[in-house]
Amino acid sequence: MNQTSRSSTFPTPDYSHLSVTDFDDIYEPAEDSFLLLDALEKDVDFLNSLSPLICLEVGCGSGIVITFLRQILVAPCLCLAVDRNPKAAQCTMRTGEQNHVQVEVVTSDLLNSFQPKLDGKVDVLVFNPPYVVTPPEEVEVDGLARSWAGGINGRQVLDRLLPDVHKLLSPKAVFYLVTTEENRPDEIKQLLQQDGFHSTTVLQRKSGPERLSVIKFERRLTAVT
Amino acid sequence: MRVTALRRMKLLTHNMLTSHVKGVKNGYPLKIEVNEMKIREVDFNPEFISRMIPRLEWKALYEAAQSLDVVGNLSPEVVKDYENDEDFLKEAHRVLMEVEVIKGFLICPESGRKFPIENGIPNMLLNEGEVGDAGPSQSGTSQDDDSMQ
Repeated sequence: MNQTSRSSTFPTPDYSHLSVTDFDDIYEPAEDSFLLLDALEKDVDFLNSLSPLICLEVGCGSGIVITFLRQILVAPCLCLAVDRNPKAAQCTMRTGEQNHVQVEVVTSDLLNSFQPKLDGKVDVLVFNPPYVVTPPEEVEVDGLARSWAGGINGRQVLDRLLPDVHKLLSPKAVFYLVTTEENRPDEIKQLLQQDGFHSTTVLQRKSGPERLSVIKFERRLTAVT
Repeated sequence: MRVTALRRMKLLTHNMLTSHVKGVKNGYPLKIEVNEMKIREVDFNPEFISRMIPRLEWKALYEAAQSLDVVGNLSPEVVKDYENDEDFLKEAHRVLMEVEVIKGFLICPESGRKFPIENGIPNMLLNEGEVGDAGPSQSGTSQDDDSMQ
């Protein structure tokens, strides 16, 4: 599957403004990106039922995911995006503009600058992390590899974010995460379960040697309201 | 000739940012030093603004408006029954959404560390020596020294 075979109800955001030169520095949308778009699309009614006010994408790269999220949400909301790579932050803003949606972008490391002020306030959190299993020394080195090198079990970057997820999310929030089988998704689910989240696999797809999943985490309610 | 849209930071975004320079106890709110800013008309959505009010630090917003000299009729405090006060909401909308900082700095209120706003995007990355133990988990990888003022 490539981007042209995606849904026409909610087409992939236009990123024709980005060129080969841009993709020397930022992650070019690939199967994992499109899987995430498909998962968000699959959940569009659920997402709109939440009436999210604040959405945040960590590691926005080209910007197509946060742009897409803004496009499929009906009610006005604040769409924030953060990336460690200043060029990705710039691309994300351009992608928002190209698709005529407002995205607010910050260059920062994970949730760093948005805490503590966004604690308990983010309604939709999205993260397609650097998930590829690599030697640990390849993780978080400046350059394009930063966008995909995940170190041991492909988890080194994700594991820095996980402890803060329950702090950041609002009571009715949802967190969408891209993983591969090698990331030990059951372990991730267990870690978030300890923080009060239950998980659902929204979509799975095999892409070459990668078995990708998009997992959704929501708070476990103790009583039905 | 292709016209490039100027990218910008809104005061709504500024309201949510904190400095985590090592040793800093309270890195909020960041001061703003403006080199270039503009006012841009944005569609007013009273429901959006109304829902956003409880998620804001109003005092920080008001101070930011003062420092940028865009206070106008912005109320120094959130008024009672703001959901039904269109004048209040319109002023909140104007300051949150229509004031755009294109170039400048966000400044840590405690350490004075300047974070550049490049093409309207605040760069909050810390250098290796500035990463502390307190606060959220963060990377210690260094970045350009250009951003250190």
